Amino acid sequence: MASIVYFLDAKGKSLLSRDYKGDIPYSAVDKFPLLHLEAEEENSAAPPVFNYKGINYLYIVHNDLYILALTRNNDNALEIMLFLNKLIEVLTQYFKNLEEESIRDNFVIIYELLDEMMDYGFPQTTDTKILKEYITQKSHALIKFNQQQQRPPNAVTNAVSWRTDGIFYKKNEVFLDVIESINMLVNPNGQVLRSEILGKIKIKSQLSGMPDLRLGLNDKGIFGGDRSNGNGGGEDRTTKGLEMEDVKFHQCVRLSKFENEKIITFIPPDGEFELMSYRLSTPIKPLIWVDCRVKLHSNSRIEIKAKVRAQIKKRSTANDVEISIPVPEDADSPKFQTSSGSIKYTPENSCIVWKLKQFQGGKEAAMIAELGLPSVTNEDPTFKSKRPISVKFQVPYFITSGLQVRYLKINEPKMQYQSYPWVRYITQSGNDYTIRL
Amino acid sequence: MSVQRAIKSMFNGPKKGETFELKSALVSQYPNERKEGIKRVIKAMTVGKDVSALFPDVLKNIATRDLEQKKLVYLYLMNYAKTNPELCILAVNTFVQDTEDPNPLVRALAIRTMGCIRVNKMVDYMHIPLKRTLSDDNPYVRKTAAVCVAKLFDLNKEMCIEQGFLDHLKRLIDDSNPAVVSNAINALSEINQMDPTQDALKIDGALLKKILMALNECTEWGRITILTALADYHSTSSIEASHIIERVVPQLQHANPSVVLTSIKTILSHIDKLDGAQYNVTIKKLSAPLISLISSSPEIQFISLRNIRIILEKYPDLLSKELRIFYIKYNDPLYLKLEKVEIMVRLANMQNYKILLNELKEYSMEIDYEFVKRSVIAIGQVAIKLGETATAKAIEILIELINTRSEYVLNEVFMVLKDILRKFPNNSRFLGLIIPVIVSNYQQLDDSNAIASFIWLLGEYPKNFGVDLDSILPNYYQNDNLDNYFNNDDDYTIQLQLLITIVRINIIKQSSSSQNFLQKTLTICTEKSDNPDIRDRAFIYWRLLSSNNTTVINNIVQKPLPIIDSTIPKIPQYKVDELVSELGTLSSIYHEPASEFMDNYHKFHVSRTGNNIASKNIDELQQIAKNEIVNKAVKSETLLDFDDEPEYEDVNTTSANSETNTSSTTASANVLNELNDLFNFNASPVASQRQVSSDGKSNDDIMGLFSTGTAGVANGLQNLNLNSQSSLNNSVSTQSQPQPGSQKPSDDLLNLF
Repeated sequence: MASIVYFLDAKGKSLLSRDYKGDIPYSAVDKFPLLHLEAEEENSAAPPVFNYKGINYLYIVHNDLYILALTRNNDNALEIMLFLNKLIEVLTQYFKNLEEESIRDNFVIIYELLDEMMDYGFPQTTDTKILKEYITQKSHALIKFNQQQQRPPNAVTNAVSWRTDGIFYKKNEVFLDVIESINMLVNPNGQVLRSEILGKIKIKSQLSGMPDLRLGLNDKGIFGGDRSNGNGGGEDRTTKGLEMEDVKFHQCVRLSKFENEKIITFIPPDGEFELMSYRLSTPIKPLIWVDCRVKLHSNSRIEIKAKVRAQIKKRSTANDVEISIPVPEDADSPKFQTSSGSIKYTPENSCIVWKLKQFQGGKEAAMIAELGLPSVTNEDPTFKSKRPISVKFQVPYFITSGLQVRYLKINEPKMQYQSYPWVRYITQSGNDYTIRL
Repeated sequence: MSVQRAIKSMFNGPKKGETFELKSALVSQYPNERKEGIKRVIKAMTVGKDVSALFPDVLKNIATRDLEQKKLVYLYLMNYAKTNPELCILAVNTFVQDTEDPNPLVRALAIRTMGCIRVNKMVDYMHIPLKRTLSDDNPYVRKTAAVCVAKLFDLNKEMCIEQGFLDHLKRLIDDSNPAVVSNAINALSEINQMDPTQDALKIDGALLKKILMALNECTEWGRITILTALADYHSTSSIEASHIIERVVPQLQHANPSVVLTSIKTILSHIDKLDGAQYNVTIKKLSAPLISLISSSPEIQFISLRNIRIILEKYPDLLSKELRIFYIKYNDPLYLKLEKVEIMVRLANMQNYKILLNELKEYSMEIDYEFVKRSVIAIGQVAIKLGETATAKAIEILIELINTRSEYVLNEVFMVLKDILRKFPNNSRFLGLIIPVIVSNYQQLDDSNAIASFIWLLGEYPKNFGVDLDSILPNYYQNDNLDNYFNNDDDYTIQLQLLITIVRINIIKQSSSSQNFLQKTLTICTEKSDNPDIRDRAFIYWRLLSSNNTTVINNIVQKPLPIIDSTIPKIPQYKVDELVSELGTLSSIYHEPASEFMDNYHKFHVSRTGNNIASKNIDELQQIAKNEIVNKAVKSETLLDFDDEPEYEDVNTTSANSETNTSSTTASANVLNELNDLFNFNASPVASQRQVSSDGKSNDDIMGLFSTGTAGVANGLQNLNLNSQSSLNNSVSTQSQPQPGSQKPSDDLLNLF
């Protein structure tokens, strides 16, 4: 497992490190900036893992930092990489922002966390909520008054490692957010080349004690997927049109119970967490469709005509629709006309961004833009960049896949309190909702 | 005494500066000031300043009730223990006391830190506190102590075994607490790695039951540990295998990608024991989780894709319906894009080739040169993999690409078209499409491999080129004797190809100008070239053509090349099996077994290229040489696939290869004889050269040996015996050096002709 974990600044200089095994010379990290640079020069596709003289370098770039792990052995690279991700996540939750400055300001607590999260290269406790129980920024204040606070929470080693006991709320509530992100690739004719729904259920739990929860979704059959083939495959999936291809659960969900009985049961961590995520690749039509015609008069100007249509139910409304249309890098003096919304030229991204605050289902909007191009250019116009149009939006109270929460049963064996779940649905664009030009 | 003196000398240090300030803070009478002092020391340490001089002063603060301060002092100790090993003894007492502290956090901290202080003195005192903490009431302490056993094993193996810590650790697998169990397994497998002879982690039936039980209760990291141990376990029966798989399958639904991938690895390591029906059901369950790995962060995706590629080598049909998932996203980093294309070409089949080729065409229009190149090559790989229908479509796309953006793609398109004709030689439909495009575009080529591909086509299909060759060839022969390509050191590929092609053309479609070219080329190659491959090949051609033996000439020059099967590189089977058992590890990313990149890599590498040869005896060498020549004769047919297999690099440096290049399997026996003849000629004039080349450590494998020849060499390969004895010791280096004496023997040879 990882021998050393480093935080490096943008130039590759070490800000802070924790040596877990002592089997790697200090000179190894000094070589990193050079090796990284060389790798990038040799081939612009420098991968995040490489080997130099028997030492393996695994790194993640985060803000202005490199988070780097070194190891000599043929270790589980995916695990190390995930640990680094987790480390970033935990530190971000501790300091809001993880960057060079927050490393410098918080070195004491980072050392403490590094000590607690990994031992001799084995990842240990990585749950922020639990870590916060006994590693606090103001620990010296606590220690004087309350020696008890400084014990390791039972949760660190318990089977239920994500929740401490003794939690109490006056009002017991659970909030469920069902969020579906749509990723889509559409060609200029409106033909969908690729689409997927990445869904997740987020829970904010404010429940006392050790409650046991049971979540019911609208159809057990949706968890058919490949598994149903094994169970005889008699389910009629075509009428439902819903095929959840893969479901991933939070640590707290009893996986074998789900595997055998298709029931989702769990003891939730306190506060916010992501209970499950799922993926569907059923073909869907574009919710927001942009029809865009670009006319390039080389060396003089570029004309863009675009039409956008909200292909959702009339009752629904898409919020914060943002359409980024790429334009040549050297375009200038933009002129816009639009039927609704506002348009801005952002030269830093070489894009024009068309924003519609609210966009009702079934409606259409249009715009015309014209930008000047320099008359002299050394670039060949045939090499125009193939950047696609990207679209961002949110549609509240609407779920694309039709998933529904049927019930959420909450049972706290000792307290037996009343509590109600609140459910919200939202569909939004994923990080890759693009239309090719 | 020495300690006291050391402390004294500290006090006599400078009275000014940062160190002095820190020092006075550390010995302040106010606890707050002391703590602040420690923090400043740690800060200085963090930014890389050497504060080891403060060791004794920091050490004074070790006995404290303040946990944070204790942690900081411990941290300082870990960092600087090595610089003050004698002083560490002062801390031992506190450590030992701390392992008896009522607070489990302190106990764990103490034992954890003790293991990290890699100083012998400390190790000597470790066994008592370690024993105590291993049987602590608190699981948090026990799990920390478990890891400490691995640390101790690394520092002092004998003590670790003598004191029975290994056995204690094994007993901890029985622990009621899952975190302790997983750390015990972690420690045991680490020990196993350090010293496999200890057989530390030996799983048997009873143990198997226990760790399967613990699996569901562990943290995500613990699950990875247990799953890895399960993957390394060899199940004894199909019932056991199916039991393990049954327990592991639910883990495929875990949110942590590493848990998922390690589960897949575990399932794959036991799946072969299942019966047919169960096997099919299980294998189907793997595809969806694999796909889900692709929706994580780029780094995770990258590792996942490298692993998926290994899995596809073994189970090519697993993801056959999932092509679209691997479509490139515009924002993907380049390393991901390239990896995704690798997967896409492997998923190509007759159902999806149309959309795949269109998608690849779309990628070929991108702006990133690296990626465009890869996409064009991918089009060729798909075409060649799938056969004629797909190829027709691919050629259509390639021609369209040339027409729309030739500067970007031309070189790659030429190489791909050459590959296509290697797969479908003499296919008149394709030739009809390809040749005109080539004729009208070849002048823009600027990559030597692409030019070589073009020249190869000229030699392969001289009759199909409607244009007169005389008008094309002079492009490569500017200025009567000092032409472009034969003067450029880097373009051996082109030179070699030009030589081969001219000889071919001269046989198939002879004209007065082609004879002229032939004469010129042979002269340049034999007199001017400093590349042994080219020079020796030219000699052979020259002699061959002078012999007037048309059957032999046709056999060697005109033998059709074997048809290539696929241009998608494959991982060799033995490696695939090894890599499947290494899923998730660094091995799986490099696609190399661990021995290739671990510490001993360099040693290993040298021994493979050099010492290995030296250590073999002459008989063996002779056999190797013979085999090599015969093999090369077969292999060299695919010489044109420059970018195919890495081995090619090696092949090209061996000049033995070039002798036999043109021949085929069947002709290889012939070639051997002819080679023998050559050596006879070679023998006497080169005798003087022996000194030169052996000094220069020339080692063109076999050919190097031949060309250094000795007087009295009789029958070809037999001379290896004599020859190798003298030059073998020197022939370790892999570099081939230009031989200064080459001019002379070549003159002699020419005389012979």
